[in-house]
Amino acid sequence: MSSTAVASTTTVVSTDPSNENGYRTFKLGKFELARDEYFVTIRWPAKGQTRSHQMSAEAFLRACMRDVAWNFFYGWVNFDHVIGTRNLYGQVDMYAGSFNGVMKEAGVDYTERFDAGHIMATFKAILRDWVNEGFDPFAAPVETGTAFGTKQGDNIAAIQRTRIATQRMPGLPGDSPLRDDMPINRAFADVSQDEPEIVAEPGFEGQLHAFSLFKYLSRSDVTWNPSVTAVCKASLACPTTEEYILPVFHGNDRVEWFIQLSDEIVWDVGDKNTGSPRARVTMKAGDVAAMPADIRHQGYSRKRSMLYVWENVTPGLPQRYESGELSPYPVEF
Amino acid sequence: MASTTVFGSIADYHKGSIEIVSGDPKHYVFSNIFEVASKSQPYERVVVGKNLEYVQEVMRAEGTSPWFGCAHDEFALCMDGEVEIELVKLAAPPTGKDGAVLIGEAPHETPKGKRMGLIRLRRGHQALLPAGCGYRFTAKKLGVILQQTILGELSQQKWSQICLQ
Repeated sequence: MSSTAVASTTTVVSTDPSNENGYRTFKLGKFELARDEYFVTIRWPAKGQTRSHQMSAEAFLRACMRDVAWNFFYGWVNFDHVIGTRNLYGQVDMYAGSFNGVMKEAGVDYTERFDAGHIMATFKAILRDWVNEGFDPFAAPVETGTAFGTKQGDNIAAIQRTRIATQRMPGLPGDSPLRDDMPINRAFADVSQDEPEIVAEPGFEGQLHAFSLFKYLSRSDVTWNPSVTAVCKASLACPTTEEYILPVFHGNDRVEWFIQLSDEIVWDVGDKNTGSPRARVTMKAGDVAAMPADIRHQGYSRKRSMLYVWENVTPGLPQRYESGELSPYPVEF
Repeated sequence: MASTTVFGSIADYHKGSIEIVSGDPKHYVFSNIFEVASKSQPYERVVVGKNLEYVQEVMRAEGTSPWFGCAHDEFALCMDGEVEIELVKLAAPPTGKDGAVLIGEAPHETPKGKRMGLIRLRRGHQALLPAGCGYRFTAKKLGVILQQTILGELSQQKWSQICLQ
């Protein structure tokens, strides 16, 4: 089932704080999102009934944080096997069960389309209300406090971080900054902090540029949040540091590539539309793998690792893959 | 307990794997840059990632490369060893083609233009190779470069030789 009318209001609809646990309940179209001490409960209409689904509050907040920080990213951001969003670039679908093969078949799924500003405003309001003081949804579990319990303060600074946009390369005049003033993450204490040596001829001072990408990544204060570090036309290098579990199952609306720079990540790969398992891909340092345009993937990183995510932002790609003009597999051999 | 960060090298790498439930391992175009470099000729530009016209190329850095030029920005990431990059502001920059091209009258003859300087990279360092510049690499000991660029006349595609199947 789906609602085709686009909800265009940017007004966030919520209740007063609960007398039991202090959290507000939010309405997003016909969806209702509520949290308590341990869980987030999402309700939607289907087959003449109100259907419901529960997630761990921590898992929900980690997923919602990525969806906000990534501006709904490329394609599908599955919070889990039931709930998620699909980016239509200007509009965003929120769905329950629509990309779960069994629920879709049973007709208990629901999708509703929103203007991107409306769903973004609602998700940001949810994070402001549901993220407690001391919990950082970007941080590895061993680096942050608990997400659970009744409402206790907030953590506004932690939830306002986004993907770092870069025009060409960090450190160039007018471009995104390097991270020299940020601390080295505990998991990368052994990563060399030396910089490239640049010797410019007279008249070319400031025109040669290089930096230590590994130093830059060793100082990332977030996990599973790519930052752009090189732009070759529509080809974006988006490396990131990963620890614990990617909080979402990302469903691709284009091919993306992974290059494992350090350590190891294991990827669970499933069918984009149904979630059925397709493969487990173990990537070690130096490995390169494509994530085809017809899958969803979720990664597991036991030790904080460096991953080079490589994206193509050529306009119109989602439509070209969806129409079948482009194969979901990047290379035939 | 302190953790150890594992970076690969051409002398010490461990390739991962794919456990297939359904579909074809080829769909993941899975290779390892150190393995590719270990089997390449010096500065052969072997494509390990291809996203339409955009590519990631692996080069085995060994000795001195020919001079290359490119009409668009490229980015060189040193993944192993130490690499020196000489740069020249070309008097006649390449135009009309994507990807790197050979420049100069002869492979190792310095192209016409003003010397801009040099950049020395070690593992994890990334350099900008600006559009319209000429560049060449020198590695006194074996190294590996990962280069973000566009498919060009020097790009070598050998997928069936480098990928898990």
